[in-house]
Amino acid sequence: MLLIKCPWCGPRDESEFSYGGEADIVRPAEPDALTDEEWADYLFMRSNTRGLHREQWVHEHGCRRWFVLERDTVTYQFTENAT
Amino acid sequence: MKQVNRLPEGGRIDRARPLTFSFNGRTCRGYAGDTLASALLANGIRMVGRSFKYHRPRGIMGIGVEEPNAIVQTGAGADTIPGLRATEVELYDGLAAATTRGWPCVNFDLLAVNDFCARLLGAGFYYKTFMAPRFLWRWYEHYLRRASGLGTSPQMPDPDSYEHVNAHCDVLVAGGGPAGLMAALAAAKCGARVIIADEQGEFGGSLLYDTARLNGNPAAEWLRKVLQELARCPEVTLLSRSTVFGYYDHNFLTILERYGDNPGAQDAGGVRQREWRVRAGRVILAQGSHERPLVFPNNDRPGVMLASAVSGYIHRYAVCPGRRGVIFTNNDGAYRTALDLVSAGASVAAIIDCRVEGAGAIAEPLRRSGVEIYQGCVIADVTGRKSVRSVEVVPLSADAGTPAGTAINLDCDLVAMSGGWNPAVHLHSQAGGGNLWDEARNCFVPGATRQEHVSVGACNGSFSLDACLQEGNQAGLDAARACGFEASPFSTPGINQDLTGDARPLQPLWRVPLPRSPHRYPKQFVDYQNDTTVADLHQAVSEGFRNVEHVKRYTALGFGTDQGKLGNINGMALLAECLGKPIADVGTTTFRPPYTAVTFGACAGADVGTLYEPVRKTALHDWHEAAGAEFEVVGQWLRPWYYPGPGEDMRSAVNRECLAARGSLAIMDASTLGKIEVQGPDAPAFLERIYTHNVAGMKPGRCAYGVMLGEDGMVMDDGVMARLGEQHFYLTTTTGGAARVLGWLEQWLQTEWPDLQVYLTSVTERWSTIVLAGPDSRKLLQGMDGDVDFSQAGFPFMAVRSGSLAGFTVRVFRVSFSGELAFEINVESDFAPSLWQTLTEAGERYGITPYGTETMHVLRAEKGFVIVGQDTDGSVSPLDLGMHWLLSKDKDFLGKRSLARPDCQRPDRKQLVGLLIEDGREVSPRPSFRRKPESSHNKHLTEILPEGAQLVEQPGGVPPIPKLGHVSSSYYSACLGRPIALALVSNGRARKGDVIHAALRDGRYIRVRIVSPVFYDPKAERQHAS
Ligand SMILES: [Zn+2]
Repeated sequence: MLLIKCPWCGPRDESEFSYGGEADIVRPAEPDALTDEEWADYLFMRSNTRGLHREQWVHEHGCRRWFVLERDTVTYQFTENAT
Repeated sequence: MKQVNRLPEGGRIDRARPLTFSFNGRTCRGYAGDTLASALLANGIRMVGRSFKYHRPRGIMGIGVEEPNAIVQTGAGADTIPGLRATEVELYDGLAAATTRGWPCVNFDLLAVNDFCARLLGAGFYYKTFMAPRFLWRWYEHYLRRASGLGTSPQMPDPDSYEHVNAHCDVLVAGGGPAGLMAALAAAKCGARVIIADEQGEFGGSLLYDTARLNGNPAAEWLRKVLQELARCPEVTLLSRSTVFGYYDHNFLTILERYGDNPGAQDAGGVRQREWRVRAGRVILAQGSHERPLVFPNNDRPGVMLASAVSGYIHRYAVCPGRRGVIFTNNDGAYRTALDLVSAGASVAAIIDCRVEGAGAIAEPLRRSGVEIYQGCVIADVTGRKSVRSVEVVPLSADAGTPAGTAINLDCDLVAMSGGWNPAVHLHSQAGGGNLWDEARNCFVPGATRQEHVSVGACNGSFSLDACLQEGNQAGLDAARACGFEASPFSTPGINQDLTGDARPLQPLWRVPLPRSPHRYPKQFVDYQNDTTVADLHQAVSEGFRNVEHVKRYTALGFGTDQGKLGNINGMALLAECLGKPIADVGTTTFRPPYTAVTFGACAGADVGTLYEPVRKTALHDWHEAAGAEFEVVGQWLRPWYYPGPGEDMRSAVNRECLAARGSLAIMDASTLGKIEVQGPDAPAFLERIYTHNVAGMKPGRCAYGVMLGEDGMVMDDGVMARLGEQHFYLTTTTGGAARVLGWLEQWLQTEWPDLQVYLTSVTERWSTIVLAGPDSRKLLQGMDGDVDFSQAGFPFMAVRSGSLAGFTVRVFRVSFSGELAFEINVESDFAPSLWQTLTEAGERYGITPYGTETMHVLRAEKGFVIVGQDTDGSVSPLDLGMHWLLSKDKDFLGKRSLARPDCQRPDRKQLVGLLIEDGREVSPRPSFRRKPESSHNKHLTEILPEGAQLVEQPGGVPPIPKLGHVSSSYYSACLGRPIALALVSNGRARKGDVIHAALRDGRYIRVRIVSPVFYDPKAERQHAS
């Protein structure tokens, strides 16, 4: 079970959190202007990184805030102070 | 029985406390401090079980967690426990233990015939022999299951209590032998908070039988002092009978703590077992090591034991397992067992040492006392089916590659073997650490770590007592320092042990070399519990298996409850030999939790029975209960399902409730609906992006039916949303979707649109919701005191009003999920019971009828209203549901772009339709478990399609048969007098009027006609009633 550092509540057990997938995927400003391929890329395609991975978490059973962490998908270690 | 093998003195047993127990029905005696295994050996019981596949007689081989053979079942009734290792069961008075293998009994085992037709049962026998012909499998399976069981599960509820405990510590020490105790002491002296756990009833590990002296005193004396010192430290938790069984991410470890094996063993709080869930700053692994067996023909005969186990039984339990022993070894360590046997008064027939040069100084006293030492020799066979009678000794050729020279036979009743030691790298490996093959020590040792832990002592490949203490000390200090404590070094005790100097190195002997293929000799076991032999490994390789994980699965090597603690490394070395590769290249299989078995009770903890899941009750629950409601669970809520009157079954109650709602007046508790308040200057802009309809066009005081889509365009949730003010909205969600929807809204606000000033509040429990449905609902409300204008002009359909009603402050929504004239009254939950009471009393003159969720479902299905999660499943778009009217063309909203994807536009997508049974005869009994069976009369009028039934074009046909869709909702409609159903059917809207077929599980087909999903009041005149 991971130990996750909520920026608001400090380190807490993984069971209090939900995973929100890859970070930094921005919703297109004008979806209608996109081709089907471009929209599908936003909707479905993720990088599936081996190594450092920026990802979203939400402290669901705590303060309910979303935040971004960087985690090594091989060692599961979070990067300290990543922004 | 007499304790024929009990030594007259010594051991850590309490001779003042004799115990009586039974084994396979025989009455035996032992002492407090015995394990079942030591007591069985004391009583001279050799055979304790039958092997898995060949049903060969087996005896006790080890002394602890590594034991593969002595698997027993204890107790009876609810207290029975299967699959225990006799070496770990603490003896208690009245213990009744039985062998779990051997059918019909252990001494006369019919299945031992397997041993003689073993060619049928080689590696992969499950996969091959029984694959064809298939019809025979059932027959085989019956006998295999019976033959291979590890006992029978209790048939009664577990009478004991279990719990989970969360804990944090600076330093967790796994293992309470010399290394672990030293580490705990060092860290504790620095002030660190320490948890030390040991799997046995007594701390000490090897110190419990080691003959070495520490600081000039017996090991037990040092042990006693250290335990006293640790017990005095307020920050130290000593957990005995506690196995660290799992090492997960970020130094999270799990410990199973037990309170003895006797029924009723529990702590003061009544807990029998406890699962500790520990987050540790630093972890020190001191789990010790397991001795390796040697691999030679018939190396499983009862009486063949690990050398260290023989020594352990002599010193710890004062039991000498044999009278005339043979030692078979590839290292110096087993010579100590010879000394132990001599000191216990047994004779040593010979020491068989595969090394030509033999042992160092330790051999001298044995030689002096006349013990024969055969150097450069091996055991080539063992005779004695149920107990060792003799061994055949042969010299090895000069290159040690094959036996050469004449064999001699030696009579003996005990073979003590040692093939070296395997560090217990299990937890290290679970934590993601790598393992390195160490040529010098001839074992896998812990390599690089991924987490904050260190291995010390024997589990680090450091087998000497001195090294254990030194490493433990250092690790304890380092761990304390890493946790921020000041570390002041202190010294470890000095060790005196005779004959340790001048030890000769171990010589690898992965199996006794044989001149011809291993198939041609008696079986040479690698994994005793799974009967995996050298021949099986050879066969696997000859059939093309190369990867250690594949070979494991093909041969079952390491699959038993001992998880290969004895046999795995031998197996991997033999695989390396077959493949002609170095052992390091073959590697180990993956080590996974748990290290040893964990009971279901401990896994569940206190989360059983009524504590299994939280129960949520509405403010009106007591009234429903008093009214005799049957309840159903909806998203943890207990909701009234229906209210059976005297003599009514479910169908008649629901029919009555439905007719009341359609005909006069009915009342329902809808408090479980999720309720969310949305406020802030950007609330309208935010909801515009969330909902598919035009939010800006809603005036304060208006309601709308709203649907939320995922970005994939599929329906996620629905409900009513009301605009209470310019910047103030109120949303309802489905009962089960409340938390999910709130999370969804928060996610978009926080991650995508943080610039929007919007505030969300869950008010589900703050408000209770009372629904009045039926043509008389307005009359009732108009007849009550209050300032809300309930007239059609003052309160039109889809409006919301606040005010007072019969003295209560209420918020009323004129919405309808039944299709009738209806009002949903929200009142603060504290006042809900008295408002409900007031309404039901005032409604008596209209025959007001409480209704539950079943009637709600029927009413909404008659109107073709969907339930998200029942008529949708995450792959249904609003277009599929025919909700085109709800999709604004003038704005973007979540999921809108996806609706334009080609897949969402396919004409053959499944669409919501209604179904009517064409004739009432070919219908099924309704299989759903939560519904009572129908009464048998007028069956053809009332029976309905099963929900989930697949829809096909024509009856019969050759598979695969294309499926058109499925039935999603199905009820009997009292007001229509016939069954109705909603379904998702490919291209369904264009197929109205077509007849298709519902395929039932019993093989029948029902003719159904596709119709509009709106069965009742298609023009929606009733809900608009003026
Ligand atoms: Zn938080």
